[in-house]
Amino acid sequence: MTEDLNWAIGGEAGDGIDSTGKIFAQALSRAGRHVFTSKDFASRIRGGYTAYKIRTSTERVQSVVDRLDILVALTQRTIDENLDELHEGSAVIYDGERSWDAEIPDEITAVDVPLKSLAEEAGGAIMLNVVALGAACEITGFDVEYLDESLEKRFGGKGSKIVENNREAARKGRDYVREHYDLELGYELETTDNDYVLLNGDEAIGMGALAAGCRFYAGYPITPATNVMEYLTGRIEEYGGHVVQAEDELSAINMALGAARAGARSMTATSGPGIDLMAETFGLVATSETPLVIVDVMRSGPSTGMPTKQEQGDLNMTLYGGHGEIPRFVVAPTTIDECFWKTVEAFNYAEKYQTPVYLVADLALAVTEQTFSPETFDMDAVEVDRGKLVDDEGAAEWLDDKGRFRAHAATDDGVSPRAIPGTVDGAHMSTGLEHDELGRRTEDTDVRVEQVDKRNRKVETARTVEDWDYREFGNPDADSVVISWGSNEGALVEALESLEDDGIDVRLLSVPYLFPRPDLTEAVEAADDVIVVECNATGQFADVIEHDTLTRVDRINKYTGVRFKADELAAEIAASLTEEVPAQ
Amino acid sequence: MSSQSDVRFTDFKSDKQPTWCPGCGDFGTMNGMMKALANTGNDPDNTFLVAGIGCSGKIGTYMHAYALHGVHGRALPVATGVKMARPDIEVMAAGGDGDGYSIGAGHFVHAVRRNVDMTYVVMDNRIYGLTKGQASPTSRADFETSTTPEGPQQPPVNPLALAMASGATFIAQSFASDALRHAEIIEEAIEHDGFGFVNVFSPCVTFNDVDTYDYFRDTLVDLKEDGHDRHDYEAAKNVILDAEKEYQGVLYQNENSVPYHEQHGVTENMAEIPDGAPENAMDLVREFY
Repeated sequence: MTEDLNWAIGGEAGDGIDSTGKIFAQALSRAGRHVFTSKDFASRIRGGYTAYKIRTSTERVQSVVDRLDILVALTQRTIDENLDELHEGSAVIYDGERSWDAEIPDEITAVDVPLKSLAEEAGGAIMLNVVALGAACEITGFDVEYLDESLEKRFGGKGSKIVENNREAARKGRDYVREHYDLELGYELETTDNDYVLLNGDEAIGMGALAAGCRFYAGYPITPATNVMEYLTGRIEEYGGHVVQAEDELSAINMALGAARAGARSMTATSGPGIDLMAETFGLVATSETPLVIVDVMRSGPSTGMPTKQEQGDLNMTLYGGHGEIPRFVVAPTTIDECFWKTVEAFNYAEKYQTPVYLVADLALAVTEQTFSPETFDMDAVEVDRGKLVDDEGAAEWLDDKGRFRAHAATDDGVSPRAIPGTVDGAHMSTGLEHDELGRRTEDTDVRVEQVDKRNRKVETARTVEDWDYREFGNPDADSVVISWGSNEGALVEALESLEDDGIDVRLLSVPYLFPRPDLTEAVEAADDVIVVECNATGQFADVIEHDTLTRVDRINKYTGVRFKADELAAEIAASLTEEVPAQ
Repeated sequence: MSSQSDVRFTDFKSDKQPTWCPGCGDFGTMNGMMKALANTGNDPDNTFLVAGIGCSGKIGTYMHAYALHGVHGRALPVATGVKMARPDIEVMAAGGDGDGYSIGAGHFVHAVRRNVDMTYVVMDNRIYGLTKGQASPTSRADFETSTTPEGPQQPPVNPLALAMASGATFIAQSFASDALRHAEIIEEAIEHDGFGFVNVFSPCVTFNDVDTYDYFRDTLVDLKEDGHDRHDYEAAKNVILDAEKEYQGVLYQNENSVPYHEQHGVTENMAEIPDGAPENAMDLVREFY
């Protein structure tokens, strides 16, 4: 596996764990190192434990692993929570002057640094986390100057004095360790000249929306989707757009629908509980043929479930949710950079096919920060396709013999002309009732069938016109095929590398298009073993694959609320492939 | 504007014949809305009408404009989205008392608070008509219906007070049968800078034998003839909370109303976007250094 370092800071919620971790992650990124972060929000034990973990390497990292090298522990619980990941070469940085007596196993190097006292010397106890960062820099052979830029980014708004104090605090931590410890743990964080940006999946979705021309966002705060809204707020205005916090998700999706009917590229983002409420309006979006992007950043369900925990449990909801039969698109990015690109695509599908598009991400994508070269997000490559949006002249071609605009004309490809308010002679009715081509209510059997077929034909058109590829990794000729969707891709790619080292060849198909989706029949039929990997209990995607390919598959499911780790997946896949096949 | 405009109110009429019961108050309500839209210089291609669900919700089909007939109770959020995306478009939402004060009551409160520059017409018949006569949130406490044989035994919602408590900047009430006054009041709501709310007494001739045309004709007090000062908050409070009388007219108007788009600087036509990413979009990426 990759030559990497795993670092973490943990404490109580409110200890500034997140922002401290982010400062270190940014510093590593600016030093030309790859970074992959993860967050532990809550505990296996009760309480407010929270941790920010960083895996860093000069090579690309895209998964968390079961190993922790350097741990900054602000509480004993932080140590207890991570005991099984600490090893003989690990170091734990803690403050022996504070009220708790750290119990650290003998084989682990305990680095006692008076974090609070040193912070006070630098100007305030509040900076004790930054002292710890300085100490961590010294242990890992990482120049403390790399922290300076991220400290400026974090504290610049509070004045240069605060920034200077923090820089001083970091140096005090470094100097203390340098003077009091002679550690030979062998960590030496190399730097490179590479240029990286660091962002999470929610931010990538928000940035994708701005790139695609999204101008209106309505949402109701919910973990782990709120960050999409927070990203857009303050930025979308630069482009003439607006974010509105609705009174609930029922309102949010209807506002977004209104803006879309008015001609704006429009989006809402929520998590499972919000998707339940939005299901009410989902059918209206489809029957009124309104282009709308609905983001579902999944978390553990059902009901309130585990709001800060990972799960891929909403597949069936997004594929089938809503009464009646609703044509839709379901797109699920598999990596953080793909969160950007799939958002751009989602807006194009929405407008080209005048249909709701579910963009399904998961908590692991949303809250993880990862490094990318800036060119990964090449804005020149962003295409905006507004489909059959008509101007005054275009609308004139779609009037019936009485001069009425045929907003739901049953065309060959199923897609009708779209006139937005202000378009001359484009005024028309649209409704959640079954309607004729003018958008007026009907219960005429022929028209009903014509309109149902027309709406479904849009999906059929898309099926043939668009590329519904999967992403492929590993050995293309392997007899064993692993199929996955969502954020598991990164961990699986790393698992494949270690399996390959053990002589086990696997072909990985990572599927970002859930409806319409690629036909995997050939790949499945050609394989001896097929395993579908997903973060849910029942194997929703495995069911879909079995349905599509008429072949039984094996399943690896995880529903603890914690994402898959690369080493864990490698072991599970190896075990699954070597299992005796039970007699039929 | 109205005198120069060549738009006639019949331009807002579709060629679909209403299926409302003969004598339904919704005919008069709709005529007044069409007249007010024409009188304020609007035309169908620059008007967006959002309709609720219920008898009143059918108005989206009978009028001619850009229109959406949506989900029960959600007309106001849709209208809010339309207006935010397109400040250049005249936006009107219309629905019934069930749509607005029952299933949509939560949205009503927040739409009022936001003060988006639009008009909200509630066709209040104090009954559920489309489902054939059940109690509505504005039905009287002793009003006997199929689902409330003894009457709801709850006080009816006072929509005007609900609006006032939510910070409304324009609160009015009209009567579908008083065509001139009704159209005049809707016109004022359209011209108001902010959320123009009009509760319209729109009698149901089939299922409500209490809140009838005759009842309103006999009891209605027109504030225009009453010397009422609509800008006086205390005076407005008194008439709004007066349970003894039914009023017609503008009960309250805040002279200093600042509509949402001014408050929040939402002025662009959001439908207009470039063919690709915005010119400076790589700056968004560089923010993540």
